[in-house]
Amino acid sequence: MDRRQFLKIAGFSIAGFILDPSLDIRPKGLFANTAKQKITSYIRKWGMAINLDACAKKPGCRACIDACNIVHNVPGLGSPKEEVKWIWKSPYPTVFPEHIHIINREEIKNLPVMVLCNHCDNPPCVKVCPTKATWKREDGIVMMDYHRCIGCRYCMAACPYGARSFNWFDPRLFLKTVYQDFPTRTKGVVEKCNFCEERLIRGLLPACVEVCKENALIFGDLAAIDSDVRKILKQRHSIVRKPHLGTEPKVFYIL
Amino acid sequence: MLGKALTGGKKYWMWVILLGAVILAGFASYLLQLKFGLGITGMGRNVSWGLYISNFTFFVGVAASAVMVVLPYYLHNYKEFGKITVFGEFLAVSAVVMTILFIFVDLGQPARVLNIIRYPSPKSVLFWDMIVLNIYLLLNLVIGWQTLNAERKSEPQPAWIKPLVILSIPWAISIHTVTAFIYSGLSARPFWLTAILAPRFLASAFASGPAILILLCFIVKKFARFDAGREVIRKIAQIIAYAMVINIFLSLVEIFTVFYSNIPEHSLYVRLLLFGINGHLLLSPWMWVSVVLGWVSAILLVNPQTRKNDTILMATCIAIIISIWIEKGLGLVVSGFIPSPLGEITRYIPTTHEIAITAGIYGVGILVLTVLIKIAIAVKKEAES
Repeated sequence: MDRRQFLKIAGFSIAGFILDPSLDIRPKGLFANTAKQKITSYIRKWGMAINLDACAKKPGCRACIDACNIVHNVPGLGSPKEEVKWIWKSPYPTVFPEHIHIINREEIKNLPVMVLCNHCDNPPCVKVCPTKATWKREDGIVMMDYHRCIGCRYCMAACPYGARSFNWFDPRLFLKTVYQDFPTRTKGVVEKCNFCEERLIRGLLPACVEVCKENALIFGDLAAIDSDVRKILKQRHSIVRKPHLGTEPKVFYIL
Repeated sequence: MLGKALTGGKKYWMWVILLGAVILAGFASYLLQLKFGLGITGMGRNVSWGLYISNFTFFVGVAASAVMVVLPYYLHNYKEFGKITVFGEFLAVSAVVMTILFIFVDLGQPARVLNIIRYPSPKSVLFWDMIVLNIYLLLNLVIGWQTLNAERKSEPQPAWIKPLVILSIPWAISIHTVTAFIYSGLSARPFWLTAILAPRFLASAFASGPAILILLCFIVKKFARFDAGREVIRKIAQIIAYAMVINIFLSLVEIFTVFYSNIPEHSLYVRLLLFGINGHLLLSPWMWVSVVLGWVSAILLVNPQTRKNDTILMATCIAIIISIWIEKGLGLVVSGFIPSPLGEITRYIPTTHEIAITAGIYGVGILVLTVLIKIAIAVKKEAES
């Protein structure tokens, strides 16, 4: 083989990899399959209600955060600058700047409120992603493909809720133990809460919901009239974050 | 023609070696970033775009500004600019090369960059920015090279080049408009959510780009003994004067809307940017440097006496470049992230590695520009004699 021939073959092989999707060498894991799978004949709409009063009863409680971090291999960097957060707490006035007024109840004014990805109906992060590494499933879960993300962080700029984290370093260096049922991430990709879709498919509740003894987190199918989450949202007054942006969050806060 | 870049005096080679050293230093820092991740930069969860994207935004403007010499020459038949249109086009080439590099070094997974082409996402403005920038680079390379080639052979330009030149005019506007849309379409960032962002980008670009071009003319005159002519420089200075005044007007318009409406979500960012918060000045000292330099240079440019003085003009051009670099970079990109959606105020300070990588990309851009301009001047001198 002379040099010219070699270059020709090499060129065609590279072009083939780029152009032919069947040669895709990305691992076909959990996400690739579940994305297309329809669980039942009708389409679910997953949603969560967060009861602020229940949270207020147990200040300092972080059971949901710890549970989430463990089952998703969320690294603990210990530095707020590079932190990776899926579910965390933020003071009420910062979560609901449009709902602060002088008549707020005292217990609410500085209440740490649980925040996570809102799994919006119109997710701004999905629209901006230049590689479709983040997308919305039919059941409303906003997903993230860690293998396709190029790390441009446009989705972080676009998310009005600060719900996306970037791996500024190799996250595996900051994991004490690795939870085998969920993949770890590499440096240079964005990650976020996935409503525990890997548990939902096995008929389990999200880890944060399951572990909460106060029943502060209520999860279920918003499309089913008799679901717990629909029932409580019907009975009690609830608000969502930044409704004026039209993102239609699927995480509701019960006041 | 490329061979002309390989013949040069001692000063030329010293300059090339210096640039090479800067590029190598930047590359070494980039290798570290590749190994450890973007965590070695000053960016973080809250301020997730920093020096790289700031410079990207600034140089898209520099690239777009080539239109300010191409348009008068080709559309209004302003013959004087014929001497330097090729400089404008080559400046655009080097600026676009830098913008592409700045995007590239900002990626967390650079090996996957082709995913943008493999999974095209027309809803993403970044996808369109990639397209317009690459085509603009190609347009300017082809037009600049072909113009020079024709000049060398003392022939008229081939007929097929004219439609490309005409296309390059709206294309220049498009690259900066699309770049503005990266920001101005985000509901998450009230500071960027304004329809006049694209016009503001263009106005500031048409001031900063031509300012670089004037400096380039002075440099070329001193080191390569190639005189673009007084008339050309005067005209460009006029263009900068108009652009700068429009730029200042547009910022004032923005400030009116933000402060008169007084919606906290919008005004907080501008207040923070200009005055700081709780005694934390963050970016405000930089911002005031930018404001003062901008105003002073606008006044010096509008006044014909000061505009026509070469020394003052040079100083003014430098002032404009600094002013707009601060305004576009720190004042626009970084401050859009402060405060974060959850109200956190984060101070962003670029690290040494980040600055070295940035300098390295500047090195690449200046090297590309040096080589292209050297060829252009050699060809022009040959054609003259």
